[in-house]
Amino acid sequence: MHLHDVWFVLIAVLWIGYFFLEGFDFGVGVLTRLLARDRLEKRVLINTIGPVWDGNEVWLLTAGGATFAAFPEWYATLFSGFYLPLLVILVCLIVRGVAFEYRAKRPEEKWQRNWETAIFWTSLLPAFLWGVAFGNIVRGVKIDRNFEYVGTVGDLLNPYALLGGLVTLTLFTFHGTVFTALKTVGEIRERARKLALKVGLVTAVLSLVFLVWTQIHGGDGASLIALVVAVAALVAALAANQIGREGWSFALSGVTIVAAVAMLFLTLFPDVMPSSLNAEWSLTVTNASSSPYTLKIMTWCAAIATPIVLLYQSWTYWVFRKRIGTQHIAAEAAH
Amino acid sequence: MELALAPETLARWQFGITTVYHFLFVPLTISLAALTAGLQTAWVRTENEKYLRATKFWGKLFLINIAMGVVTGIVQEFQFGMNWSDYSRFVGDIFGAPLAFEALIAFFFESTFIGLWIFGWDKLPKKIHLACIWMVSIGTILSAYFILAANSWMQHPVGYRINEAKGRAELTDFWQVLTQNTALAQAFHTLTASFLTGGAFMVGIAAFHLFRKKDIRVMKTSLRLGLVTVVVAGLLTAVSGDTLGKVMFKQQPMKMAAAEALWDGQDAAPFSIFAYGDVSKGHNSVELSIPGILSFLANDDFQSYVPGINDTNKAEQAKYGPGDYRPIIPVTFWAFRWMIGFGMASFAIGLVGLWLTRKKFLLPQHLRVGEDEVPHLVLFRSKALSPRLSKLYWLVAVWTLGFPLIANSWGWIFTEMGRQPWVVYGVLQTRHAVSPGVSQAEVLTSMIVFTALYAVLAVIEVKLLVKYIKAGPPELTEADLNPPTKIGGDSRDADKPMAFSY
Repeated sequence: MHLHDVWFVLIAVLWIGYFFLEGFDFGVGVLTRLLARDRLEKRVLINTIGPVWDGNEVWLLTAGGATFAAFPEWYATLFSGFYLPLLVILVCLIVRGVAFEYRAKRPEEKWQRNWETAIFWTSLLPAFLWGVAFGNIVRGVKIDRNFEYVGTVGDLLNPYALLGGLVTLTLFTFHGTVFTALKTVGEIRERARKLALKVGLVTAVLSLVFLVWTQIHGGDGASLIALVVAVAALVAALAANQIGREGWSFALSGVTIVAAVAMLFLTLFPDVMPSSLNAEWSLTVTNASSSPYTLKIMTWCAAIATPIVLLYQSWTYWVFRKRIGTQHIAAEAAH
Repeated sequence: MELALAPETLARWQFGITTVYHFLFVPLTISLAALTAGLQTAWVRTENEKYLRATKFWGKLFLINIAMGVVTGIVQEFQFGMNWSDYSRFVGDIFGAPLAFEALIAFFFESTFIGLWIFGWDKLPKKIHLACIWMVSIGTILSAYFILAANSWMQHPVGYRINEAKGRAELTDFWQVLTQNTALAQAFHTLTASFLTGGAFMVGIAAFHLFRKKDIRVMKTSLRLGLVTVVVAGLLTAVSGDTLGKVMFKQQPMKMAAAEALWDGQDAAPFSIFAYGDVSKGHNSVELSIPGILSFLANDDFQSYVPGINDTNKAEQAKYGPGDYRPIIPVTFWAFRWMIGFGMASFAIGLVGLWLTRKKFLLPQHLRVGEDEVPHLVLFRSKALSPRLSKLYWLVAVWTLGFPLIANSWGWIFTEMGRQPWVVYGVLQTRHAVSPGVSQAEVLTSMIVFTALYAVLAVIEVKLLVKYIKAGPPELTEADLNPPTKIGGDSRDADKPMAFSY
């Protein structure tokens, strides 16, 4: 196995980690409108992800940095090509981070409501747009012989990619809903479980169509296995939710995300960004990667740092393992 | 008009705006993390409540800042690919690695432990909670180091070779990239300047409260800590600036000649205080300068030869081919002066403050004050300053908090614009670094969006800071004084509201 193949896997792992973790905090953001009945419940929801959303987001930054270092051509083509959608994502992530930190820092209701609106939209939009982006990567976009994206923004909004966007949006919302059922206590927990069934069924239908479409478009044996695992895990997550096994339900919805994203990467390999104009012009793990020396150093760094990161991030989740209910939210609004 | 809106110009403006803006928060984050950690350590060790109140107060301001630092940092990582794709393709093999290291080693650290610190007051035993803020502090410093190593490579590329077949630069020695003298000098200078920034921030805000005679006990401690930080960090900033300057004289003579508007090389070169010249003709028409100082700054020798802009331009033409290798001289010249001027002004104000508020053993009996009284400002042995002069000092001290921020911004503008026309010195020119596939309209859109968004956020941030500064340190609660003994919180208060919630 070449180092650039290892790094293809590692980049996939980073995106999987990002979607697994930020997936549920995007979902919780969407739930502030979908599930919360009053502002107190919104606060309960926001506080389930309060201590962890920032650490979750670093998975994206690491995926970005690692792509830059391991596949500079991929990084350059992707980010300059998907310029405007990426701009929207960046604006959302900026506003979202500030919204979490600043919302409770003033007691005025208008101030807080504005940030709550921001949290909803800036969770929903990236959850949708990442699916669109990955849909396009897998489908292939107009890349010329110099690895430049020569299509338009309109080209990125094709049916397959838009469906991908709906899949990530609903899947993350489902993931967030079962996370809420796992992390809250009281009435909101019951409603989260009821909502999970509805969101989960929509997610299942959309995912099935999208993943089968992907399989027909460019799948092989391995991607088929991933497809089956993703769909089976989603059905099992729904079943676990119905019998009140919240931990299992969350773990299984996580497996769905892992398997679905893995399937996209399996379909992609050995390309990293196929060209729809000419297969010769596709970016591949070979022509887009860094030199073996750089990859070797990066591999050492990842091999040492990643287990440590996983260790202390897991520890964070353990520290904040207690469920949160309305009784845990202090009455005074400002801190 | 063509040139003014060329994608390269727009991309440069966007990078300048987003970077200078990001760097308003970075030094405050680096220094306030460590200073807050220091105050919390004092609390854990002495159990004196003023330290806990100070920790809570400065910690809050730190958090308001770091939120902005974190979110604006995301843009920094992605805009290389967005606006500078040819740069990314050419240097990614080298430049990407420190960025990936930063994310994997430093950023995870910082972001995870900040969450633990913010929400951990009633979830973690005292000492573990304290360890979290120190982890954050280590994370911020490591983060800065990797980014500065990456930037240093742009200033002075080392440990690489050009792969002609692939048309890119490739890494040959990563250790050299991390430890070259440019990286060490830049990190030393940036970190000391960061502490100067945080120290001045503390001094300014503490002076504001002491002037209003509010929260005296906490603010006196803060003032002291701030003043000592300003003086020590200010001194080290000057020393490290001198070191970095000497490195730059060797590695980028053009930048330093431009910093001085020294058109023609000479022995015993002067340090220019003021200059006004004609860039197209290549000389100054008005100049006020101190002889010999520039030679000393460059080579530790008042008599030595320093090459000028015109000589260096010719030398670079001979080396790299025809072209104009001069940066924009007035910008470089004045940026260098604003950097030093504002930075050292805050150092001087700190030094004066440290003397004026000196502790009792240096003061006669009648000028000493109790713990709950505002200190007298004493210039000479036995007499406090008049009320008018005292007021003036407190006022100046309040204003100082902005000085290092201005100095930092000009410092970056100087070092980045002074390197032009190169993006990687001697290897890649800025005009060859932009994204060829990104249209003028796209760059313009993103520049306007970011500028407008940043402006709005600046207003919100400053208003919030002012609110919390005015509110002063919070009163301590029962929960603050009784931290949990078990990780995850004690079971006795399972239904109690969280000590901190969003």
